[in-house]
Amino acid sequence: MEATPTTGIYGLMAEFDTPTQITEAAEKAYAAGYRKMDAYTPFPVEEVCHAMQMPKSKMSLIVLTGGILGGIGGFLLQVWTACVYYPLNIGGRPNFSWPSFIPITFECTVLLGALSAVLGMIFLNDLPLPYHPVFNNPRFNRASQDKFFLCIEADDPKFNAADTRKFLESLHPVEVAEIEK
Amino acid sequence: MEITANYNPPDSGPAARKFLALGVIGLIVFGIGYTVNKTQFYNSYLLAYIFWTNMALGALMLTMLQHLTGGAWGVVSRRILESATRTLWVMVPLILPILFGGMHSLYEWTHTDVVKADPILIAKAPYLNETFFIIRTVAYFVLWLGLITLLNRWSAQQDKSLESAVPATKSMRWISGPGLIVYALTMTFASVDWMMSLDPHWYSTMYPVIFVVGQVLGTFTLLIITMVWLSGREPMSKYITKAHIHDLGKLMLAFVMLWAYVSFSQFLIMWQGNVAEETPWYMIRKKDGWQYLAIVLFVFHFALPFLLLLSRDLKKNVRKLAAVAGLLMFMRYVDLFWLLRPRNEWMFEKAAEAHDKSGHVFGPHLTHSFTWMDFAALIGFGGVWLGFFLLELKKRPLLPVNDPNFEEALNHVGH
Repeated sequence: MEATPTTGIYGLMAEFDTPTQITEAAEKAYAAGYRKMDAYTPFPVEEVCHAMQMPKSKMSLIVLTGGILGGIGGFLLQVWTACVYYPLNIGGRPNFSWPSFIPITFECTVLLGALSAVLGMIFLNDLPLPYHPVFNNPRFNRASQDKFFLCIEADDPKFNAADTRKFLESLHPVEVAEIEK
Repeated sequence: MEITANYNPPDSGPAARKFLALGVIGLIVFGIGYTVNKTQFYNSYLLAYIFWTNMALGALMLTMLQHLTGGAWGVVSRRILESATRTLWVMVPLILPILFGGMHSLYEWTHTDVVKADPILIAKAPYLNETFFIIRTVAYFVLWLGLITLLNRWSAQQDKSLESAVPATKSMRWISGPGLIVYALTMTFASVDWMMSLDPHWYSTMYPVIFVVGQVLGTFTLLIITMVWLSGREPMSKYITKAHIHDLGKLMLAFVMLWAYVSFSQFLIMWQGNVAEETPWYMIRKKDGWQYLAIVLFVFHFALPFLLLLSRDLKKNVRKLAAVAGLLMFMRYVDLFWLLRPRNEWMFEKAAEAHDKSGHVFGPHLTHSFTWMDFAALIGFGGVWLGFFLLELKKRPLLPVNDPNFEEALNHVGH
């Protein structure tokens, strides 16, 4: 096959049948020096992330920050309403009745933690994303059913249409497809 | 399946003998305490006894729970939990001194002269009396030991051959549902009898929940430490992976949060309600230094372990996780100390007064702090319990090869 100019393509995508195969393929691709690549699987396969040496996700930090802000915010909201803005005598208890503030503080921690998890996920995934080249592969819908795809992107400095294709074929995939931009 | 691979536990015999020797020395030293201050002796006895018995009972709960829920953590930890349940037999003779000697030193409601002068205790007498107390305690042990015997017998049967494994697995799963109900009910009553009735005027429906959650948390700390110890040496190092221990760390975090949740719930409801029947329990715990112990519990039983266990890296680092488990095991003791030791002084005085009138000598008072007797009892019971635990641990293979989820559990990689 002739070498196609790399300008018009997004990358080369290899299709595998099992999570073990794609994990091995990702390991070999990383060892071969490829960095700009991604794996698409029908269910989470944690080993693939290890194989590709994916950097640690920022998610946990985002959720932690959201949770802390929610907790502090919820607590201060109650302190401000009960002690400053609208003090009420409830059964002779002090205005600053911190034990009764705890449930709301807890709920606000959970609420903002959960919200920042959802929003953080959307943000980190670059969503909403109306177009992504990987869907140009007609077989790609199987990635949400029973097939495992590894895509080496053309942006990778080591990427070369002919060599990369040869490399991917050496991993015994079902098929290697060229993905248009 | 034939047991071809080596799933035998490491020889824990020498360690077990050391623990047993330490335990016997501890118990002898503790025995001297009987001649010094009988009241203190039995209070220290009850505390240490409950702390170590909790390990066995929490293990019974977790054994049944994992039969119902499944999961890789249950398959790899089952034999450790089963070994812990079998130690309950050792705790049976050790409850006898409390039942047939210590009750007068522990429970106000056993003093007929005190009860006579107290309308609340008169009303409670049909439940809180010595005969019924003994009958109930015997019933708890019969039910617990019955469940333990059946679960362990079927587990041995599961190991024998693939044919016998199928009915045995079904039996274990079948009994675990009703078994958990029996566990929940007996634990509720046992905590009311043994612990809550130390303050016989006071009651809380959250108390047994706090007790049970703490009990299971205690077993998790023991389980994690044992798993980390086993995973560090042959042959278990081949089978127990970081993923298994990571899962246990997540469950321990859940129980740390649950403990804080139920403990705070009880406090919040009583603080908010502000009713004279409920608040005295907290009133005696907000003075005489007990308030500082409450802060210690909040920081080291909840806040610090909670923040540490949030970190995934920490939960995947077995040594650090074991260190957090060790801290929590210690805090379990502190929590029990906080539940059991502070006492209504006026009730003691009233008891002493009533005794003076009737010509009895009440004897020395209870110390409101940690004494050498508490330490000796903790070491004594702990040495004996851990010794027997290690002896039980080496009796059977450490992994249930014929469990239907065995292969899957060994290949567990976690998330």
